[in-house]
Amino acid sequence: MSASAPIIKVDAISKSFGAFKVLDGLSMQVMPREKLALIGPSGSGKTTILRILMTLERIDGGHIQIDGEQLYHMERNGQLLPADERHLARMRQKTGMVFQLFNLFPHKSVIDNVTLAPILTKGTPRAAAEKRAMELLDMVGMADKAKAMPAQLSGGQKQRVAIARALALQPKIMLFDEVTSALDPELVEEVLNVLWRLCAETDMTMLLVTHEMGFAHDFADRILFFDRGRIVEEGKPDEIFRNPKQERTQGFLKKIIAAGHRV
Amino acid sequence: MTQWSGYFGLIFQGALVTIELTLMGSVLALIMAFLAGMGRLSRFFVLRALATAYIEFFRGTSIFVQLFFAYFVLPLLGLELTPLQAGVLALGLNVGAYAAEVVRGAVQSIGREQHEACIALNLGRWQGMRHVILPQAFLVMLPTFGNNAIELLKATSVVSLISLADLTFQAQVVRAQTGNTMVPFTTILIVYFILSLLISWGVRSLERRMARGLDGVRV
Repeated sequence: MSASAPIIKVDAISKSFGAFKVLDGLSMQVMPREKLALIGPSGSGKTTILRILMTLERIDGGHIQIDGEQLYHMERNGQLLPADERHLARMRQKTGMVFQLFNLFPHKSVIDNVTLAPILTKGTPRAAAEKRAMELLDMVGMADKAKAMPAQLSGGQKQRVAIARALALQPKIMLFDEVTSALDPELVEEVLNVLWRLCAETDMTMLLVTHEMGFAHDFADRILFFDRGRIVEEGKPDEIFRNPKQERTQGFLKKIIAAGHRV
Repeated sequence: MTQWSGYFGLIFQGALVTIELTLMGSVLALIMAFLAGMGRLSRFFVLRALATAYIEFFRGTSIFVQLFFAYFVLPLLGLELTPLQAGVLALGLNVGAYAAEVVRGAVQSIGREQHEACIALNLGRWQGMRHVILPQAFLVMLPTFGNNAIELLKATSVVSLISLADLTFQAQVVRAQTGNTMVPFTTILIVYFILSLLISWGVRSLERRMARGLDGVRV
C-alpha cells in the first residue's frame, strides 16, 4: 500500500443510540503517521467515532476502511458481508486504545497488565513479553513500579501504564479518549509528555479526543471540530484556533476560552 | 452409668461422613454453579434455557424430595446409587442452583470498562472471562459461596433419612442405644456449629488473601 493512501477511511457512517443520532453520515480520512485532535462539545460524537474504530460500538450504516481493509465488512467473492468475530479480531490488531478512566486490570500488577495481551493474543513467550514490557514501562517512566498494583498508583501513573499496555500490541493506530480528563491538573503534564515522546519515537497514527486545547494546538497536525454528529470544520491548528470560519466553532472556542483554557 | 467414650467414637465417625459429604457436595455445587451461572450469561439461547431450567427446578423443589428421588426413584430407572452418591448428587445439584445465581450476579457486577479493555486488547471472549472478569468476580462470589457451603453442611443432615451414617444418623443411634437424648443432640449441635465456623474462617481468610493488593494498602 502506498504511503499516500489514508490509513483510516470513514465513509458516510451513521450511529444512533435509541432515538438519538450520534453520528450522521460522517466521513473522514486519516493519513499514516498523522496526529489528529477531535474537539467539540460533549455529545457531538467525537468519542463515539473512536469507540467505533475500536469496535466497541457497531455502526448502523456506512463503511470504514483501516489500512486498506474493511473493518465491519468482509469481502467474499466480490460481495461485502458483515464482519464475523475472527475478522474483527484480526482488524483489532491494527488499533490500540487508551481510555479516560484507564481501565487497568485491578487484580494484576503493572507488568502483568502490560504482558497479558501479548502473551494471550500473540503467543509471545513470557520472558520476551516482560522484556518488552519493561522497555515500554521505561518509556512511560513507570519501570520502577512494574511490581506495583494499580490501586497503589496515582491517576497519571495509571494512565501511563495504560498507554504502555496498549503499546505492547504494537498497533499502527492509537486512539486516546480524553486521557487526561479524569486527572488532577498537576498530573496532566506527565501524561501529555508521554504522548510527545510517542510522537517523537514512533510513527504511529494518533487520534485524540481532548479538551486540552493548548495541547491539541501544539500537538496535532490537524483539528476536527465535531458538532451534532458531523465534522463542522477541520484544518490546521492555527486556522481552527486563530481563525475559525464556522459560527459553531467560534462559539465553542469562545466558551472554552471563557472557561480558562489556554489556546 | 453409660460408657460414653464408645458413643463419642460413633459421633466422631458420623462427623467424618458429614465432612466428606460437605466437601464432595461443595465440589459438585461449585462445578454446577459455574456451568449454570455462565450458561445463564451465554449468547446461545439453548444454553441459557438449560441453565435457567436447572436453576429454577432445583431451587423450586425440596432437598428432601430430591434426595429421595435420587436414592429411591433413580434405581427404578436403572441408575443404582449408594447413599453417599445420592447424597452428594442431591446436595451438590441443589446448592449449585443457588450458587449459580451468585456466579451470574458477580460476573455481571464487573464493570463494562473491564470488558471494553479486553476488547481493546483483542482478548477473545473466553480469554477475557478467564483472565480478567472471573478473577475479579470470584472475589465478589466468595462471601456468598461461604454462606452456600454452610447451607450445604446443614443440609447434609437429611441424608440420615436414607441410612447414611452421618452426624445426625449417629446421634439417633446413640439416642436409641442409651435412651439419652440430651447428650448426643447437644454434642452434634456443637459439632455442626464448629464445622460451620471452620467454613466461615476458611472463606474469610481466602477472601483476605485474594483481595491483597486490590485496595492499594497491603501487598
